[in-house]
Amino acid sequence: MNSKSERAGIVPHLVMGVMALYFLLPFWWLLVAATKDNDGLFLSAPLWFSDFHLIDNLKTVFSQENGIYLVWLRNSALYAVVSGVGATVVSALAGYAFAKLRFPGRTKLFALLLGLIMVPATALVLPTYLLMSKAGLVDSIWAVILPSLLNPFGVYLLRVYTHESLPDEMLEAARIDGAGELRVFTSVALPAMRPALVTVLLFSMVASWNNFFLPLVMLSDDHLFPLTVGLRTWYMSATLGNGGEALFNVIVTGALVAILPLIVAFLLLQRYWRGGLTIGAVK
Amino acid sequence: MTQVATRSAAAPAVAGPAPRFKRGREAAVGWLFVAPFVVLLVAFLLLPMAYALKLSLYRSTLIEGEHFAFFENYTQAFNDPLVREGVVRVILFGLVQTPVMIGVALLAALLIDHATSRFSRFFRLAAFVPYAVPVVIGTLMWGFLYSKDTGPLSAVLHVDFLSSNVVLASLGNVVTWQWAGYNMIVLYAALQGLPREVYESARIDGAGPAQIAWRIKTPMISSAIVLATLFTILGTLQFFTEPLILQPLNPGSITAHYTPNVYAFNQAFSFQQYNYSAAISFLLGAVVFVGSYVFLFATRKRSAL
Repeated sequence: MNSKSERAGIVPHLVMGVMALYFLLPFWWLLVAATKDNDGLFLSAPLWFSDFHLIDNLKTVFSQENGIYLVWLRNSALYAVVSGVGATVVSALAGYAFAKLRFPGRTKLFALLLGLIMVPATALVLPTYLLMSKAGLVDSIWAVILPSLLNPFGVYLLRVYTHESLPDEMLEAARIDGAGELRVFTSVALPAMRPALVTVLLFSMVASWNNFFLPLVMLSDDHLFPLTVGLRTWYMSATLGNGGEALFNVIVTGALVAILPLIVAFLLLQRYWRGGLTIGAVK
Repeated sequence: MTQVATRSAAAPAVAGPAPRFKRGREAAVGWLFVAPFVVLLVAFLLLPMAYALKLSLYRSTLIEGEHFAFFENYTQAFNDPLVREGVVRVILFGLVQTPVMIGVALLAALLIDHATSRFSRFFRLAAFVPYAVPVVIGTLMWGFLYSKDTGPLSAVLHVDFLSSNVVLASLGNVVTWQWAGYNMIVLYAALQGLPREVYESARIDGAGPAQIAWRIKTPMISSAIVLATLFTILGTLQFFTEPLILQPLNPGSITAHYTPNVYAFNQAFSFQQYNYSAAISFLLGAVVFVGSYVFLFATRKRSAL
């Protein structure tokens, strides 16, 4: 019996092993490649170490073009934090109102939101760019941050969560105690919404950190670029060889540095990632 | 805690005779709370949509300036072989990419649902990590792996991953790598919600784990599979970042009109054809939008039968 159940486990584990190799291969390659100089990248075996140049590469990444990589890193962090926190605040206010406050037009507005959740973001980038340029906001941090504050799915998620997890009686009790509506929201509703808030925050921050199309279109000053757009310009000039300084080993190391914070955050906050996907999947 | 309970018992008595004044105040408060969201919704969704529609109905020429052109841009788009080529490509891509990726995700989800070992927990992480990587960087990594000079793959498999015959499959692999784990988690969550007794009785009837996975678990999570499929199709129709990043590696096989989105982007930002570009984006957005609701509606009807 025991041997039979063990045998039943071997095939699934073999399949998982092969799939894990596939998913991890690019990471292994990146880690190895970041330790090589440009010649090593092209001349040595791709999946194993050769001469160790990681420290030199890191120095070059951070000093290239007067340290513009650090500017990009800072921009990515700024856009992610401001957009993430802003989108979460806006979604929390709206999600709470949709779930718990009665106001005229609520049902219609929510139906509108549900109808618009499926509008593809990429189709809006060009007209948003043109409108922003009329407003004189193009090529500023606001061109990237303001559109990212809109998160219809976050509103939907918080409405569903609040509706199910926050009893009306708790709000009513706080009101009878004389708390104003804002106070009821901050001291009764927000704590109850916390798990869903963390999920929305996490997802909007990551979406912003990973965003490419919007900043690509909105920004032309390379000192405003986030990492994604910045690394692409290095990659373009290295591949096309049009006079850019960046070499491939610098790009590879830059890519490694760019994904490290995400992977660390991902490992530390696993619970919330999966929580968010589960909420999204069940509803 | 007890205080909350006693208060709540008293609440209906107070809420009952609550005068109009209170309702009016609640309405005002409600609107104040949704106001920031509504402003953003108007400014960054409704207004751009309306503006794209307006742009797409106008044309701009040196002689006449900007003038109303009815559906000229749309007729042009329908007759533009470059648009057609991109549309056919993303549809083909979606038809192949979607089942492959959902298949990988489903297999992985069934495996981690079946095997609860330390390795299966590690595998769950390994499959999901690519999702945390920005698409730009994931694509860059695969670009290096595909390259004959820096990657191991073409030497082992004797394939030029960037040649025009293969590059679409290469791009599909990047998408699969990046999103399979995400879909695995979605499907896994659905599997976790199933009642365990059902396959306990199947096991007693002599069904093996593979049979249980395929004949019992998979049909029971069909609505989650449908949803994952929908989001994948939506993504593939809007295919943009991956081809744009890999383009410099082989501009001959990844053209400036490779997908409708790439084409719209180039029309707008390389040729300043904003009106034509708006028509293409609007058309694409409308197809994605209508398609997703038709798809949801059709599958909902079928699952109700």
